[in-house]
Amino acid sequence: MPQTEPAAGAAVRRLRSLPPLRLLALCVPVTAFAAVPLVFITFYSYEVGWDGIRPLVFRPLIAELLGNTLALCGTATGCCLVLGTALAWIVERTSLPWRGMWLALLTAPLAIPAFINSYAWITVRPGLDGLAASTIVTTLSYYPFVLLPVAATLRGLDPALEESARALGSGPVRVFARVVLPQLRTAMAGGALLVALHLLAEFGAIEQLRYPTFTTAIIAQYESTFASAAANMLAAVLVLCCLAFVTLEVLVRGRARTARLGAGAARPAVPARLGWLTGPVIVLLLALLGLAIGVPAYSVIHWLTYSTVGAWDLAALLPVLGTTAKLGALAAVAAVAIGFPMAWLAVRYRSIVSTVMERSTYLASSVPGVVVGLSLVTASIRYARPLYQTTTLAVAAYVMLFLPRAMVNLRAAIGQAPPTLDEASRALGRSALATFRRVTVPLAAPGMLSAAALVFLAVTTELTATLLLAPTGTHTLATEFWAATAEIDYPRAAPYAVCMIALSLPAAYLLLRQSTRGARP
Amino acid sequence: MLIPATTARRRLLAMLTVPVVGILLTACGGGSGATPEAAASGGSTAALDPNVTLVLYNAQHDTLTKEWVAAFTAKTGVKVEIRQGSDLTMANQLVAEGSASPADVFLTENSPAMSLVENAGLFAPIAPATLAQVPAEYVPSTRNWIGIAARSTVLAYNPTMVTESDLPKSIMDLQDPKWKNRYGAAPKGADFQAIVSAMLELKGEAATSAWLTALKNNGQAFSGNSAAMKAVNAGTVASAVIYHYYWYADQAKTKENSKNVKLHFFGNQDPGAFVSVSGGGVLKSSKHPNEAQALVNFITGKEGQTILANGTAFEYSVGQGVASNPALKPLSELGAPAVDESKLNSQKVTQLMTTAGLL
Repeated sequence: MPQTEPAAGAAVRRLRSLPPLRLLALCVPVTAFAAVPLVFITFYSYEVGWDGIRPLVFRPLIAELLGNTLALCGTATGCCLVLGTALAWIVERTSLPWRGMWLALLTAPLAIPAFINSYAWITVRPGLDGLAASTIVTTLSYYPFVLLPVAATLRGLDPALEESARALGSGPVRVFARVVLPQLRTAMAGGALLVALHLLAEFGAIEQLRYPTFTTAIIAQYESTFASAAANMLAAVLVLCCLAFVTLEVLVRGRARTARLGAGAARPAVPARLGWLTGPVIVLLLALLGLAIGVPAYSVIHWLTYSTVGAWDLAALLPVLGTTAKLGALAAVAAVAIGFPMAWLAVRYRSIVSTVMERSTYLASSVPGVVVGLSLVTASIRYARPLYQTTTLAVAAYVMLFLPRAMVNLRAAIGQAPPTLDEASRALGRSALATFRRVTVPLAAPGMLSAAALVFLAVTTELTATLLLAPTGTHTLATEFWAATAEIDYPRAAPYAVCMIALSLPAAYLLLRQSTRGARP
Repeated sequence: MLIPATTARRRLLAMLTVPVVGILLTACGGGSGATPEAAASGGSTAALDPNVTLVLYNAQHDTLTKEWVAAFTAKTGVKVEIRQGSDLTMANQLVAEGSASPADVFLTENSPAMSLVENAGLFAPIAPATLAQVPAEYVPSTRNWIGIAARSTVLAYNPTMVTESDLPKSIMDLQDPKWKNRYGAAPKGADFQAIVSAMLELKGEAATSAWLTALKNNGQAFSGNSAAMKAVNAGTVASAVIYHYYWYADQAKTKENSKNVKLHFFGNQDPGAFVSVSGGGVLKSSKHPNEAQALVNFITGKEGQTILANGTAFEYSVGQGVASNPALKPLSELGAPAVDESKLNSQKVTQLMTTAGLL
């Protein structure tokens, strides 16, 4: 998942010899921890053996699931790419008025978890199901993953290249296709990978639309057989799909570098004049927002006002909110604590070792929640009984899943605290610890807070790992929402949906800010 | 500081005495049978320790179990922590957990999950006083668990798409080509798998496999019975194999998902008339067998069964002398086939369904 580099990172990118052993001693276990699900699945597959795997993996259903999963990934990722790139171009490179507002509004779907979006669409169109419906719903949920990095890249592109192309006689379409698009390749590939990984992991949205994929099939196997070999082997195939996508992204991104030399003078590109098209474009954007935000808003309000019995049963809702907040807070603190040394290593001691270690946590975290949940249940029940059904294990799963969200912000945060300031502090007689406490942490604090917030918010809407790992008596917003929709009790689900949307809004805002800040030249 | 210290001492005493009493009781009775008897004799709650918190693995309806537990706690002081799940997840989970399971009591919606746990040798026998509260037909021959409620298989159909004369005589008829794309089910659910386990018991493996393959090819799969009934109501599919109570529960509320739906009871001891018994059992590994047996005793007793009959679950009551919810078609008129609950084989069903490509 390539993210835009923090600008201040350039200042600290100087190679040092080797990181201190103490730092490595902190980071190696983190890498190992993040890899637990992957290692376990591999080990478990080995234990099941080829003769055990064959009947579980080479059967018609797996072919069907593979076909379905890949078809959805293809259609929805394709739609997200086209939609996200087009929207980014409209917002960043045309004379469209109020671009800041449009970008914020177009990012807002990130605040609506896909399974709430699905619930909303089923409300307005009962009987909606299958590939087409799943494509529409997931595209509307995930296109901002392409929009944000592409918009950020477009903003940072040097318009000189395009101007040269135009001066050499190329028309606007040709300039876009031959000059702009190749420069967007990294952003588009990264966004597409994010969409594809979300699609592989998505359960709630697709289950409601009756479109079987690997993730829904794993949950079905789990519900029929618990942590069985059949369920774990489906998970293994899903992991292979993930790895294939990650590899594909690396290949597509390629080695080409499009960065200009030096920061130079920032000069915005001349926007394309929309002229009489301004009106129709605004209408189209509003129509899209109607589908992506209007439909969920309408449905949730519909169900909230529908039931004459008080839908807002605070006595039932408050403990659930409390539990969700507790899990989120624990995971946020753990992720920042664990991610910090790793990010420190990556920023301050940039080397092949640190890059490999950092990237490997990203890779481990690309594994879907259902796989992490299933592998932790299976592993803990066999080898770590004291951890089984504990909050610790659930929090560990959240950290494994959401560590990259923390890392991206932590790297930026540490970049805000350049080593020269540390050195100045040390030269003035502060101890290493005091320097860390009085200089580094205060400078990195805002980024650490964003990192914590993003993890916290991700936990509040996490469904699959929570379903499998929540300790006895633990109910979260996502599990309660899911329990209600599974019984088609849509009014009962509505208050939970409202809470999750409210909690996700700040996350969407942070992601938006991250992308606008990251690209500032 | 005096009061907390006393409380702490009392708690410590309680912690020490409970296991001792438990061990003594077990030792005196020469087996696990003694403890339940002590608990269940005359419904006496004197022997129950209100400081105990039971762990209940619950696959029954969330709302119903919460009502049961609230009344039980009010009566006995014994607290109950509920882990919510589905039948077969929890049954397999109990088997995987083995004797170290944190669970004290297990409640299901259907029998196959109970027999799965029973076959792993994890249930303690049900106390005789509790057994006496439920007619023998709702207790497995092994008596290691007990019926707590029952539900009937039905074919929910949309009368604008299926006329009454067109209705199948047997659930087996649905594999007939004329039903292609006209019926659905929720094959991932424990409810459906219970129905199939009865079919397997009554019709054998070959017939069941053929029926499942037909469902895969001709039928529509829904994520749950509610979703299936909603689809029938909306006319997305003409009919669906579900349990009766989804329809009754919706009729009692807004009728929103069932106003265009009618129920067809197969009757005639057809596999499609299968009445599935929801079960309750006490884990052998329970550290609080007294309280655990008392909870099952309470659920199957007059109070528990009355809560069921008066509630919104619309499942059948199975307790002696407690009439089911009057809205329901009487249990005695359903023509259900006789099936020994403990013979229902969920693992075989999962295997057949996996082969058919449904799982």
